[in-house]
Amino acid sequence: MKPFIQLKNLFKSYSQDSYTQVPVIKNLSLKIASGEFLSLMGPSGSGKSTLLNLIGLLDQPDKGEIFFNGKDLTKLKSDNKAQLRNTEFGFVFQGFNLLKRISIVDNVALPLLYQGIDRPGARAKAKASLASMGLNGFENRLPNQISGGQQQRVAIARALVAKPKLILADEPTGNLDSKTAKEIMNVFLQLNVNYGITIVLVTHETEIAEFGSRIIKMRDGQILTDENLKSVL
Amino acid sequence: MSVYSCFLEACSSLKHNLLRTLLTILGVVIGVMAVIVMLAVGKGVQSEVNDSITSIGSDLLVVFPGLQSSGRVKKPGTSSVTLTIEDAEAISGIPEVEKVAPVIAKTFQIQYRDVNWSSRVTGVTPSYHFVRDWNLFSGNYFSEQDVRSRNRVALIGVTVAKELFGDLNVLEKIIRVNNIPFRILGVLEKKGTSITGRDQDNSIFIPLSTARQLLIRSRFPSSVSYLIVKVVEGENQKYTEVAIASMLRERHRIREDEADDFSVSNLTDIASTAETATRALTVLLASIAGVSLLVGGIGIMNIMLVSVTERTREIGIRLAIGAKQSDILLQFLIEAVIICALGGISGVILGIGFSWLISYFAGITVEVTLVSIIVAFFISSGIGVFFGWYPSRKASRMEPVDALRIE
Repeated sequence: MKPFIQLKNLFKSYSQDSYTQVPVIKNLSLKIASGEFLSLMGPSGSGKSTLLNLIGLLDQPDKGEIFFNGKDLTKLKSDNKAQLRNTEFGFVFQGFNLLKRISIVDNVALPLLYQGIDRPGARAKAKASLASMGLNGFENRLPNQISGGQQQRVAIARALVAKPKLILADEPTGNLDSKTAKEIMNVFLQLNVNYGITIVLVTHETEIAEFGSRIIKMRDGQILTDENLKSVL
Repeated sequence: MSVYSCFLEACSSLKHNLLRTLLTILGVVIGVMAVIVMLAVGKGVQSEVNDSITSIGSDLLVVFPGLQSSGRVKKPGTSSVTLTIEDAEAISGIPEVEKVAPVIAKTFQIQYRDVNWSSRVTGVTPSYHFVRDWNLFSGNYFSEQDVRSRNRVALIGVTVAKELFGDLNVLEKIIRVNNIPFRILGVLEKKGTSITGRDQDNSIFIPLSTARQLLIRSRFPSSVSYLIVKVVEGENQKYTEVAIASMLRERHRIREDEADDFSVSNLTDIASTAETATRALTVLLASIAGVSLLVGGIGIMNIMLVSVTERTREIGIRLAIGAKQSDILLQFLIEAVIICALGGISGVILGIGFSWLISYFAGITVEVTLVSIIVAFFISSGIGVFFGWYPSRKASRMEPVDALRIE
């Protein structure tokens, strides 16, 4: 069986100035199975966020291949990448990344509009997605009129609205207090357990990482340890 | 995403960022308005100059007596007595000539009761006002009979009427020119400033014969200051000039090797001389218009650049959730077009209004031309659309993560 996601010999570096290239990902290979809840851990600068962005097609590797359902994504054109981000992937960021000026229902409906669904249809689906996150009645508020935890739920509702197979979350609890953080993590856990959505989560907190079924620790752009919690149990 | 959805998205974005939208529109408005106003003022000045040229009549020839020669030195400013009423009659026999108006003129003191005023008194025949295309405001012209009988009748310009009487209701009143009483037959319509800057309405016209006998005496009673010749419409002016010259040379018995004792000038030549003087002004105003177009354009460019660049993160978010480059581009292009269209139209309206205010309060002629509206609207909008489109193209081609990183 083909792996859900497979990374082969990935390299990525950033130019610090015009002379120095700083390597961030060094020759990294990894397989992720469908239905996994993978936590990427590591100190800052270890390359965990970069790895997440590469998987999610928000960034391009310098070298190496990324396979998704057996298809090499690094060869795709930008429109096809956009389509994958739109229909297969859902993103949740530390800073929520909601559009500040439009209501939360319009924020959630946006991915559907880019699919070509008309506005009323997209709004109806967005309302349902918001309701599944326990946010009924908040539809017409602006993002800054609700709490941080609620904003992150809106972001999750937006990530889920197009029914993706993969959710990529970059420090989703970084801006939240520990109680709210636990609530958000339980949401991810339910999505994984009840709907079989594959989740890749970046965090530096062990407590948060332990919601996952597999924990990968990274350092200096390489995988340090890779432990499967389920097999231990 | 469909074009219609992109349009709705653009509208919603403009509506939800009302202040930014209004400020951007204002940038376009000011750019367009500045150009229209500058061009309107420039064009106004130009046509004011042109008006004063056409007020003379451009199909006229003027025959001046030549300079008197003393030995081989020509003395400027000394008018000779070589041109006569008989010359005028002879010239009017040329088929291409419609009418000839002989003129003598001098400045005199004018009186009405205790009011004194200095004005140019011109002795003319009835053909003068026909040739000059100068209509009456009230009353009548004097007739050939008045000329023959040397009657003491006068036509006055509006400036004279206002200075002497304070109003234009002056018919049949008696004024004194150099203490000689004249009866006012008519008031002439306003003619404005001549190209030499003289107020043409500060004039009094009396029969040529009366002027010769009573005011501008000469040892040669039939001599005149100059002749104005109206060429038959459609006839070649240059040809007529030559015909007049050869006739006068013959009449004055000038030998082949001798120079003319007169000169024939074409008013178009005189006008073009005056135009050269005003060309500097026209160039100045055109430069100002160009600069305001540039400044307006740069202003529009800046505000469009800033308003798109500050939205790089928004573009990053849209890309991350699945927007294609073309979706982003189309949305920003539509936004830029809406802003430029609204700003452009308001700019045109305000530009016209502001031009009108300038003409009303500063009392100068302004002329808003269609060309200036089109140029201002399309260049400004073009700049606006380009600098709305270009940075959004750049942003939409970034990797989403790079766009997201920009605060």
